[in-house]
Amino acid sequence: MNSLFKLFSIIIIIITSNSYSFSAEKVEYLKTDWSFKGLFGKFDRSSLQRGYQVYTEVCASCHSMKYLSYRNLVEKGGPEFSEAQAKAIAASFDVTDGPNSDGDMFTRPGKLSDKFVMPYENVKAAQAANGGAYPPDMSVLVKARGGGVDYIYSLLQGYEEPPSNISLDDGVYYNKYMYGNKIRMAAPLTDGLVEYGDGTNATVEQMSKDVTTFLMWSAEPHLEARHQMGFKAIVYLIILTVLVYFSMKKIWSRIESEV
Amino acid sequence: MSDHDYRPKSKVGQWFNDRLPLLTLANHLTDYPTPKNLNYWWTFGGILTFCLITQIVTGLTLAMHYIAHADMAFESVEHIMRDVNYGWLIRYIHANGASMFFLAVYIHIFRSLFYGSYKSPREIIWILGIIIYLLMMAAAFMGYVLPWGQMSFWGATVITNLFSAIPLVGEGIVTWLWGGYSVDNPTLTRFFTLHYLIPFLILGLVVLHIWALHVPGNNNPVGIDIKKPSKDTVPFHPYIVIKDGFALLMFMIVFAFFVFYAPNILGHADNYIEANPMVTPAHIVPEWYLLPFYAILRSVPDKLLGVVAMLSAILILAVLPWLDTSKIRSAVFRPLYKQFYWILVADVLILGYVGAMPAEGLYLLIARVATAYYFLHFLVILPVLGFKEKTLPVPLSITEPILGGSPNLAAARNNESKIE
Repeated sequence: MNSLFKLFSIIIIIITSNSYSFSAEKVEYLKTDWSFKGLFGKFDRSSLQRGYQVYTEVCASCHSMKYLSYRNLVEKGGPEFSEAQAKAIAASFDVTDGPNSDGDMFTRPGKLSDKFVMPYENVKAAQAANGGAYPPDMSVLVKARGGGVDYIYSLLQGYEEPPSNISLDDGVYYNKYMYGNKIRMAAPLTDGLVEYGDGTNATVEQMSKDVTTFLMWSAEPHLEARHQMGFKAIVYLIILTVLVYFSMKKIWSRIESEV
Repeated sequence: MSDHDYRPKSKVGQWFNDRLPLLTLANHLTDYPTPKNLNYWWTFGGILTFCLITQIVTGLTLAMHYIAHADMAFESVEHIMRDVNYGWLIRYIHANGASMFFLAVYIHIFRSLFYGSYKSPREIIWILGIIIYLLMMAAAFMGYVLPWGQMSFWGATVITNLFSAIPLVGEGIVTWLWGGYSVDNPTLTRFFTLHYLIPFLILGLVVLHIWALHVPGNNNPVGIDIKKPSKDTVPFHPYIVIKDGFALLMFMIVFAFFVFYAPNILGHADNYIEANPMVTPAHIVPEWYLLPFYAILRSVPDKLLGVVAMLSAILILAVLPWLDTSKIRSAVFRPLYKQFYWILVADVLILGYVGAMPAEGLYLLIARVATAYYFLHFLVILPVLGFKEKTLPVPLSITEPILGGSPNLAAARNNESKIE
């Protein structure tokens, strides 16, 4: 039994160290306390709401979030805006709909069932507007980067003057956390760029944390449900395992006494 | 065996059983005499059956929502993750289930290697197992392509391109596999079809695997033939059922940990970027369970020979019963083999590690040495060891080692040889 445990743990360590090693060449990321980590991790509701504000006022001018709908903003485990708030948010966007009975496309205010309106019609248009670089869709961005939330959080704060031995082309910026250190996105955040409704001081660090939290939710909208169910499932399994263990001992005692 | 004499008690049962002897089968399965000294390494057969059923059930559910189209596959996976009720749960079970399946199958295979379960009269069980393992790799590879992320696309490109190493017809075969001139929608739809088919082929082979097992019966940690049924055996139910159940639950706790708390740790981040034929990822890496073979492939400088080496590394296992010349099954009584066994385990783990690293410098050197040793183990060490090794005395029955040290042992052995 002991050797079984040992093997399990060795294999798990090897596997996890392997998958980490892909991104290990890079610099140490900035760390912060994420409320959604750990066995009972949950999102900080107000951070999610602030994060949405940063996304929609700053990021959304270039980055789409095509897998999210406005209704998601109301759903449990997310920013949990009230339905009225979310309806107002949706209505502030113009959505192209149609064709109508005359066969024409038309514009109407957004509804909860609409997907997040995209800043550009398509990838080509996005590239054309951004000097050839496509601002990636942000729906699952956190899961699409090796360092996850820590990477995004660090990147947002990683803009620096380039070292003297590095020359940058026009429209390329230096970021110490970016792979290869060269990034086509200018530093998106400056202190006080947005004005938080709840009075939180909008420092770059605060905004980075809020928007990264929001991106974590958008990539894993059912994270809270997953953690809650996981705890119950594992507790259930442990109790059942203990019961089965004693049943096993009882049953096998018939044999062992015979020997 | 006694199960041929089995007669159901009820009239209806007898009527049915005379026409289709399912009740005889059920009776055989419950009474099946199993060595009583099986340790926990023997529970992985049951665990693997659980893995297969889990993959089939979750896979069927996913297939109801998944769209096998290059333009829609990625989006449909996000649809499953976001909008399908418990879709995230089903998909994470399926994705991590593949890793758990391989974790269990590697333990199962290495258990067989340690205790010599592949040796006569169990060669067919072993070969069926190798075929199942090959099919598992094919199914896992094609399954990884279905979400149509960057690693799906480029993994598919790299692996299918291996066939182009075949002289003369290679390029033609690759085009035929792709259904076009690059990995594209036709590739995706056929991979989906095959990914759906293979688990059922595996299921059929598992039935044969178990059937073949039930002819000679289980090997055991002592590795000796035992009389069945006897004091050395217990009926499968309830003794083995409860033990397998306990081990399965332990396994499920590990499984649940991955599904609920680290669902993406075994995958690659790039697979959450939608496939883009214009952008190649910095490192193209297969899933962890294929890494040792990937390392072997890359350690050979020539493409064709690399593919040959990789395939041989798997197929060599099929002839293992004839490469291992030792008559003694269990490593417990083979002091030298036991050491070489653990070196092989380390060798495969090292291959897995360097398979994840860039193929250059020290990593490449290590990969080459480890690859050479892998083949050395099977082609030289095992055949020679059978003749050279001084094995330890093997007990006559399972109960004997438990009574070990008894002064009557030598006498008992003498009696036995007289009887023979």
